[in-house]
Amino acid sequence: MAGIFVYAETKEGEFRKATGEILSRCRGVADATGEPLVAVVVGPAPEDAPRRLAPFGADLVLHVEGPGLEVYTSQGYAWAVTSCLAGRQPAALFFGNTPLARDLAPRVAERMDAALHADCTGLAWEDGRFVFTRPLYGGKLLARAVSRPGHPVLATFRPNSLGVAEVAATSPAYERVQVEVPAGSVASVVKETIRQVAGRVSLQEAEIIVSGGRGVGGPEGFRVIEELADVLGAAVGASRAAVDAGWISYDHQVGQTGKAVSPNLYIACGISGAIQHLAGMSSARCIVAINKDPDAYIFKVADYGIVGDLFQVVPALTAELREMLVRA
Amino acid sequence: MRIVVCAKQVPDTEARVTVGKDGRSIDETGITFIINPYDEFALEEGLRIKERLGGQATVTMVCVGPPRAEEALRTGLAMGADAAVHVWDDSLAGADAAALALVLQAAVTQLGFDLILCGRVAIDDASAQVGLRLAERLGLPHANAVTKLEVQGSKLVAHREVEGGVEVVELPLPAVVTAQKGLNEPRYPTIPAIMKARRREIGRPGLAGLGLDAGKVADACRSEVLSLAPAPARKGGRLVAGEPQEAARTLAHLLREEAKVL
Repeated sequence: MAGIFVYAETKEGEFRKATGEILSRCRGVADATGEPLVAVVVGPAPEDAPRRLAPFGADLVLHVEGPGLEVYTSQGYAWAVTSCLAGRQPAALFFGNTPLARDLAPRVAERMDAALHADCTGLAWEDGRFVFTRPLYGGKLLARAVSRPGHPVLATFRPNSLGVAEVAATSPAYERVQVEVPAGSVASVVKETIRQVAGRVSLQEAEIIVSGGRGVGGPEGFRVIEELADVLGAAVGASRAAVDAGWISYDHQVGQTGKAVSPNLYIACGISGAIQHLAGMSSARCIVAINKDPDAYIFKVADYGIVGDLFQVVPALTAELREMLVRA
Repeated sequence: MRIVVCAKQVPDTEARVTVGKDGRSIDETGITFIINPYDEFALEEGLRIKERLGGQATVTMVCVGPPRAEEALRTGLAMGADAAVHVWDDSLAGADAAALALVLQAAVTQLGFDLILCGRVAIDDASAQVGLRLAERLGLPHANAVTKLEVQGSKLVAHREVEGGVEVVELPLPAVVTAQKGLNEPRYPTIPAIMKARRREIGRPGLAGLGLDAGKVADACRSEVLSLAPAPARKGGRLVAGEPQEAARTLAHLLREEAKVL
């Protein structure tokens, strides 16, 4: 065993939130076992990567680069990660559960002949092995699972679920590995990327999510949701009812057939609380419900509730918070 | 063109799921099972591709699952699949994604294929990896989370969901494609088609027919579930009363001072 590796993904030149969360949470295990804690960066990376990862306790930043890695492809990156780690006998390789990792990690797991514990919300070190907590059935149940011995341990972690552990900053070493993706090993070609939104906080990484459901009444109703989200720097979510009605696009859907999220604060507006929606957001730290139906199920899981017309309550809350945050 | 659709049967999203006696699997009593919604998108897309090709294609649905999973295959046949293959052996209970990829590899290889369609994720274990593991095992390219798919001769053009946008990717056949919500709206089978599907033959190769056995399945498993438990239940908190202005002010205050989330 030689190292706990964390795939350090970047977005628009910044490391993803989960990277720091996983690194810092693994620092204790690295200390207990003597395994080095290694951040693996593939392709373009910030020049000061070691400095940026120092606060999270990394011992080494391994930067894999070369022809064929300028742009992400699943086959190219899977090859790069596995060939770079092949001689290093990794004990573990962890990813943040981002859209990119969901595309990459299964191939890497197959190449490394390893289990992949996907979308974990908990990590523990017990009796000399990693134990993962994973929500199943859309969060209705939680499983505790392990990898069989004799193989590297792979997992992806839901952003915001581990949180950043307090660790002493390190001065990570920096190692560059030059590779060349073998010709012909990447069969798919990216023709075009159509950006729909830039700069907006991703739903799964957001600290705060403001969501709208059937009670929003139509696409124009999401304007009050967006205004509240803008004041809070929050992401906009939606229930399946709102998405299926065509009021907002599917990438906003929270729930068992959408995204599972763990924000600090989840504000559900005009959402009744169908079991499939609760599945996606019940791990939020604090839930607020605003609904005109006092019997809505959402009030049974919400920490704070307001019974009222969302078109009156949400703008009032927006105004109140705008003033509060300006004062602060 | 030979299209193979890999599908799984899962509890309905509205089902109340509880832990079974063994503490590691669920109690299936009273649960309604459905075709995993994302696999249904995959099947629908296979059927549409066949229709666009003027019928010059076959759609075969493959399902690894216990005897109840036959129902999913019958639904698939009623929707229009040409053939159905049901793979089961008691040793597959609790098999993980690595083992399932091994079994599916054997099944699709035996069938022969030009295009493999899977759902992006199954809504029960949400592991989202069997399709991509299968692609890796077969040495094939894949397009993940696809919302639009076109067959152009011997290649595919796929629109796939990426963070904050859509990626247009071109890949040669054979390939694996995983379906995302938005790809299509699955059809409802007609009553006559449902009746007819009841009498159709379903292929049952068994592990031995795929060149596998219980030992090989067990050897391929890489993970183990230690325990399963209900997620901690949340309790309802407090209702903030008052006119909208007043309630909003109180709530803002509580979020900052009491919950400390702002």
